[in-house]
Amino acid sequence: MAESDNIVVETAEKIFADLADPQTINNDKKNSWQAPLWQALSEAGLPLSWVPDDLGGSGASLADGFALLNAAGRFAVAVPLAETMLAGWLLAQAKITSPEGEMTVLPASPKDRITLAPDGSLSGRARGVPFAKAARHFAVLAHGKDGFSIALVDVSKGRIESGLNVGYDHSDTVTLDKVQPVTIKPAPKEFDQTTMMLMGGVARSLQIAGALEAMLDISVRYSNERVAFEKKISKFQAVQHNLARLAGESAAALAAATSAADAIANAKSFDDEVYLEAASAKIRCAEAAEKGGGIAHQVHGAIGFTNEHILHRYSLRALAWRDDFGSESHWAVELGKLVANRGADELWPLVASR
Amino acid sequence: MTAALRFDPIRLPEKCEQLRKEVRAFLAEEIAAGTFDPHKPNREDTDAPEFSRRVGAKGWLGMTWPKKYGGQERSFLERYVVTEEMRVANAPTRRFFVADRQSGPVLIKYAPEHIKMEILPRICRGEICFAIGMSEPNSGSDLFAAKTRATKTDGGYLINGTKIWTSSAHIADYMIAIFRTSQPTKENRRHGLTQFLVKMKQPGIQVNPIGQITGQYEFNEVVFTDFFVPEDHVLGEVDGAWKQATSELAYERSGPERFLETYYVLTELVRAVGPNPDTRSAEGIGRLVAQLHTMRRMSVSVAGMLQAGKEPVVEASIVKDIGTVWEQQLPHRVRDLAAFVEETATNRETLERQLDFAIKTAPKLTIQGGTTEVLRGIIARGLGLR
Repeated sequence: MAESDNIVVETAEKIFADLADPQTINNDKKNSWQAPLWQALSEAGLPLSWVPDDLGGSGASLADGFALLNAAGRFAVAVPLAETMLAGWLLAQAKITSPEGEMTVLPASPKDRITLAPDGSLSGRARGVPFAKAARHFAVLAHGKDGFSIALVDVSKGRIESGLNVGYDHSDTVTLDKVQPVTIKPAPKEFDQTTMMLMGGVARSLQIAGALEAMLDISVRYSNERVAFEKKISKFQAVQHNLARLAGESAAALAAATSAADAIANAKSFDDEVYLEAASAKIRCAEAAEKGGGIAHQVHGAIGFTNEHILHRYSLRALAWRDDFGSESHWAVELGKLVANRGADELWPLVASR
Repeated sequence: MTAALRFDPIRLPEKCEQLRKEVRAFLAEEIAAGTFDPHKPNREDTDAPEFSRRVGAKGWLGMTWPKKYGGQERSFLERYVVTEEMRVANAPTRRFFVADRQSGPVLIKYAPEHIKMEILPRICRGEICFAIGMSEPNSGSDLFAAKTRATKTDGGYLINGTKIWTSSAHIADYMIAIFRTSQPTKENRRHGLTQFLVKMKQPGIQVNPIGQITGQYEFNEVVFTDFFVPEDHVLGEVDGAWKQATSELAYERSGPERFLETYYVLTELVRAVGPNPDTRSAEGIGRLVAQLHTMRRMSVSVAGMLQAGKEPVVEASIVKDIGTVWEQQLPHRVRDLAAFVEETATNRETLERQLDFAIKTAPKLTIQGGTTEVLRGIIARGLGLR
């Protein structure tokens, strides 16, 4: 697995290892791990990694932040770290200073839309908003008649209908009804909801890839411990081949996600080539979450189906993350349209462009 | 973590893009001149000796090899670009592909200097074709069960036995083969095989073509009867071929040819659905393109590791496993999606003809050059399961 070779990831991994150990968390029925973990992450400046110093953040590079999200996936971190990072990144696009505390982003689906009225108020409904219930502020992308604006909104101004995703993390419906934001500024030219969804999708792809790395790791370890029919199950060819396929899915997810992250980190604009990278990452990582997670469960047998075992912390979250910022079906349709529209003879040049 | 799999996002350097333009221009000229039809992967004339020489003249064979052997000392990433552009265009690469990818590097590593000086420049000029003699009637995936004997005689070895499924043996000038020089030992069943360079088209070698389910004849049975191989044609250590086999696998298994073999049907599907696809077609195409893009990024990553002097055997096996399964399923997925293509699509006939061939080709893709089962065994070993 990607050994950390940067200070951001090193810092994060140390905090995760100390305060987000999956087994410890899994045994903790009162969620008493959450506050100390968030505090440690905040003290290290990690939730505002993508926010420049002058806007209240720690000014890490996009690349370092992406690597941090991959590490967070390896620990199935269940605090709004990715969400706050994305919110800070969104606000920074419009040079809005990030406040302290947990944030999340609206909308979180390409289908939803928040609108900006001429009186400066925001309205609209956003479904599947991760960790809305835990957030203190929303970073909002809003459609107005003059284009997109980015706003900071106090959560108390919105109505939250609380829900859980398949990974048991908060995934809430947020309704804004003529809400006055704390701050609102125009989005940069060419910044639109697709840009935001692609960025969110790549964040989720990296988390899924991290979760798959961890699932591969614990599945291999388990197969080398568990004895059945008088030998370790890792010695059965059927199990070996399943694990080899899991390694393939994990590798594909990691390659797709890190490639897309690299593309965005070095992109001057979100052109067709970055679109291909980011959409492909979400599609392929979501497919890997299904196939790879399924194998991890198969290897573990009944024990992996229990609350006591940590496997579900990874497998269910990886499945849940598929839904955020556009599902794989959504991106497949959009990517398919883009490819068809460019025409058959432009497909290979697009694929070979990077 | 147990499994240190790395797929770093390697980007092709700028000079590769210049090279890509040159390759595309060259292929466009060849197509315009009628050398080959990119829409016909099932043509009969897969052996195109003149085309092979023209590719050699461009300096695109043995690109990564030392200049003294006729090479260009260019990078694996540059070679990668040439390979993928040729493959996507359905160019007739049969005559030089094996020599360029595999046989040349083996000779560079293990052949005596005078043989390198004699043969490598000819590969670079696109003059000669190589075959690989691995499988035998009773040893396929189980390479180390090979029985074809090389018996020591004055000044060399006498070869007796049969190789089978040998691609291109009917046109090959040389074969790199493994023959049995000793019996396996109790401690090491892989002991006793030696790698040889064999000059083809001589008495004592009989090549019998074998018809394939695609209608093509590209593999063969090769029978050796008291065939003499001189001493200096031994490649590497006598009885020690098993030590030499593994490092080549990363080259053989991770290239773009491991997922692009049936790519043409995807292009044709995109053409058939037109610029405004329905939701079903769009989603199907989107998923296939995402999968293709991901494999290519993995494959380029392995090429980058090779360039950096690493031996990413497990990563390469993963690329071949995922890549070949994908290219095998591709014609079937395209067929699914093509079911509702308008009757009026202008390329409908081309697509149908291509699907017919790709569907017949598909079964071999997960068998040739290391079966899926063998690959998964290698990956499992890399994971520490064996």
